Amino acid sequence: MIRRIVLFLTQHVDGFLLAVLSLTMLLGLVVLYSATGEDMDRVLGQVVSIVVALSIMWAVANLPPQHMMRFAWPTYVLGLLLLVGVALFGEVSHGARRWLHIGVARIQPSELMKIAVPLMLAWYFEKRERGMRLSDFAVAAVMLLVPVALIAKQPDLGTALLIAASGFYVLFLAGIGWRVILSLTVLAAALAPVAWSLMHDYQQQRILTLFDPTQDPLGSGYHTIQSTIALGSGGLFGKGWLHGTQTHLDFLPERHTDFIFAVFGEEFGLFGVLGLMLLYLLIVARGLYIAANATTMFTRLLAGSITLTFGTYAFVNMGMVSGILPVVGVPLPLISFGGTSMVTLLLGFGILMSVATHRRLVKS
Amino acid sequence: MTRGTELRNHQRDLYYFRVRLTVAGSVALSLFLVLLARFIYLQIIQHDHYQTLAEQNRISIVPIAPNRGLILDRNGVALAHNFTAFTLELTPSKLPHLEQTIDQLSTLIEITPKDRKRFKKLMEESHNFESLPIRTRLNDVEIARFAANRYRFPGVEIKARLFRHYPQGEITSHVVGYIGRINDADLERLDASGDLANYRGSDFIGRTGLEQSYEKALHGTAGFEEVETDASGRAVRTLSRTPPVSGDNLTLHLDLKLQQVAEKAFGNFRGALVAIDPKTGGVLAFVSKPGFDTNLFVDGIDSQNWDMLNNSPDKPLVNRAIHGQYPPGSTFKPFMALAGLELKKRAPDYAIYDPGYYSLPGSSHRYRDWKAGGHGYVDLHKSLVVSCDTYYYGLAVELGIDNIFNFISHFGFGKKTGIDIDGESTGVLPSVEWKMKRFKQKWYTGDTVSVGIGQGYDLATPLQLAVATATLADNGTQMRPHLVGQIQDAKTGVITPIPPEAVSTLPVKPENLAMVRSAMIDVMRPGGTAAHAGMGAPYAIAGKTGTAQVVGMKRGEKYVASQVEERHRDHALFIAYAPADDPKIAVAVLVENGGHGGSTAAPIARAVFDYYLLGKLPAGPVTTPAAEAAEHD
Repeated sequence: MIRRIVLFLTQHVDGFLLAVLSLTMLLGLVVLYSATGEDMDRVLGQVVSIVVALSIMWAVANLPPQHMMRFAWPTYVLGLLLLVGVALFGEVSHGARRWLHIGVARIQPSELMKIAVPLMLAWYFEKRERGMRLSDFAVAAVMLLVPVALIAKQPDLGTALLIAASGFYVLFLAGIGWRVILSLTVLAAALAPVAWSLMHDYQQQRILTLFDPTQDPLGSGYHTIQSTIALGSGGLFGKGWLHGTQTHLDFLPERHTDFIFAVFGEEFGLFGVLGLMLLYLLIVARGLYIAANATTMFTRLLAGSITLTFGTYAFVNMGMVSGILPVVGVPLPLISFGGTSMVTLLLGFGILMSVATHRRLVKS
Repeated sequence: MTRGTELRNHQRDLYYFRVRLTVAGSVALSLFLVLLARFIYLQIIQHDHYQTLAEQNRISIVPIAPNRGLILDRNGVALAHNFTAFTLELTPSKLPHLEQTIDQLSTLIEITPKDRKRFKKLMEESHNFESLPIRTRLNDVEIARFAANRYRFPGVEIKARLFRHYPQGEITSHVVGYIGRINDADLERLDASGDLANYRGSDFIGRTGLEQSYEKALHGTAGFEEVETDASGRAVRTLSRTPPVSGDNLTLHLDLKLQQVAEKAFGNFRGALVAIDPKTGGVLAFVSKPGFDTNLFVDGIDSQNWDMLNNSPDKPLVNRAIHGQYPPGSTFKPFMALAGLELKKRAPDYAIYDPGYYSLPGSSHRYRDWKAGGHGYVDLHKSLVVSCDTYYYGLAVELGIDNIFNFISHFGFGKKTGIDIDGESTGVLPSVEWKMKRFKQKWYTGDTVSVGIGQGYDLATPLQLAVATATLADNGTQMRPHLVGQIQDAKTGVITPIPPEAVSTLPVKPENLAMVRSAMIDVMRPGGTAAHAGMGAPYAIAGKTGTAQVVGMKRGEKYVASQVEERHRDHALFIAYAPADDPKIAVAVLVENGGHGGSTAAPIARAVFDYYLLGKLPAGPVTTPAAEAAEHD
């Protein structure tokens, strides 16, 4: 009886992935305690989010990939409709229209699209598995660019770019020609000035201050200056947990959300940072391993895209905190405070686990 | 399609997929390596730099201003001290809507238009990030009212500050001087002298008087507090503290009671008095009337009071005792007499006949004696007792200007005395060279005539007269006049007396000095020009009266005091020392437009002597300004 229960609980769970994820999230809670100024309520709130997200992960892991394929286009269409809804009736907060009120809940459709886009594209290429042509890629590109454009318009440049990246990974893994990639790169470079002129002032400012944060030390450069000071002053071993001066004397802004990595780097130093990077690389490696061994085009592309997107999130966040990328609102995956991103992330890992475990079952 | 090709296709797809996956994985890995390089750069290579930045973020050095040293009279009575008061202070850089904030504040705490004006002036003179007082001396109710509303006013604070107070007010205004807020010019000066760091926490600096000349000793050494602050600048905790070292206390030679006696003796007259201990050069009293309330200047004087002081015809801001230059008149005669004796141009028993005027040989121009018809036969003794002008006209011409200049300059005329406050005038002891330089003209014998009676080009400050008198009293040894007697180190309590300093010693024959002294004693006795003032003194006074013309009289015109406009009347002068046989105090008195020296200036000196030598207070109560100030408060 107990055996059956254990089997029921664990048969679709990837033990290795769960272990590394748990370790990372645990580390996240430790840092969060310091980043919130020892606010246990916040930490417990995050624990609740993690438990909810883990449950969703478990449920998704138990869902066979074939079933997921059925959700692909309805999810995508629903997401698209919601994005249009946001554009028309969305709620403005901090100068951006990102939220939509549905009855009692307030949802952010762009979060849904983080999963829906790779799901849709993977499904599309699965259907075109035999004999992919350039036109197929063109259709896929349109399916990708429509939601990206809608999100960029909100404006939420960070999320738009990351969703674009997740879609691009599907295209890339599906075998889009190198020449196409090259010509697209050239085209992008040519269109960059156009894109620049279409950007909002604050978006332009963020990119400008990236190159010289000291130009606006009290304005948009302040975040980067303070986070690099936090990291740099952490040194090799860090100032010790709860002893980061930048953190605890309020110099670091957004320190329990987007800039929590600076807290981590300040208090745990380069050794701590190396450890965290190792955890992220282990997760990415495991994800790529699962993708490499997936049996169908759909599962391969989906697993590959989810894994690479996860790596991208980590890279972009650490890059912006350490001052080599512009400040785009991207949380540090599995560590930053916030339930939504936690759920989205673990939902993705649920898909990965489903891909990993159902492959075995199909074989047997 | 066969199943085999399909399988091969599948294998080929998987192969391509894995190639792509490897490419993507490699890109991801290399991006992570880029991050790693960045972290190594930040956390190892640039660690020291960022460490410093983090410390600078976190630690701010807060200077602690030292307590300013006290200024005390010889008996330890405070002439300048400090008191703590609560001030309402604004930091303009933190207040974008300054006017609005002040308006809101004025609903809680009374802020008068005067306060606003003064604050505006302060703002112009200081830096924006400084915290500046808009109201001082808040009472308990006001403090409580603000404390309850504090949250509404970021950038507004109540601070406990030390304030300078001058309890004696006007009486000591020209000795003690005052402090004022440090302005940009001061900062530049402090920067140039390397003292800026020591003044980082200080708001005030000495402007005039002793406050200015002893600034270095009075200021003390600033302390520092290392404070950990958060991003909003709030102090979280103190890391270390170096306490400030208070400024040194100054004890003066000056006797406040004596000063009050002198002040009162002036009545409503303007003028100056300097009393010196001839043996040490210590200044016992230092009066310049009128004075002014130095307390008005401490926190920035308002324009109304400033205009009143600055435009007053009485010129209360001028330190007459050291800055005012007056013809010494007949008070110059004892020095001339000594010169005549020492240079052997006059023997004590040699007498001239005074017909009431003097004419240069071969000239018909008459230099008139003050007494029409003259004094008859006059020897040296009588020349001083009755203050005969004719005697000195002739003597001056016989001595010649060079001899007069060389001898009399030993008494300190024509140069600064070197007293320990700023603002001294040099006065004029004329010489051939001086006239050439000043007027580009050669010296005429006629110029020498009036020099003999302290008129013409002769000019002296009351302090110079006092120093010359003290030199005469001390047998020709000139001591540097000094206000401060000792300096007490506030930290160790060690008292360092300032040793008396002889400037020059003139070898004069004792019998010549005795000759002049006996004549000066008789000035104070019946038949002398100051007989009234010397009447009934139980000690011997050696004195000399003087009168200095303010407006020249036309030939043949008679000077009648009552017919002359008050401010055109003669200045009255008097110099004296006592007791004549063992001088303990030498004094010079100038009464502006006071008329004759014997009747207005000499009684003031007598009052000073009586108090200093006998402890006798003049009739009538001496109201101290301190008592008056207390009533005002």
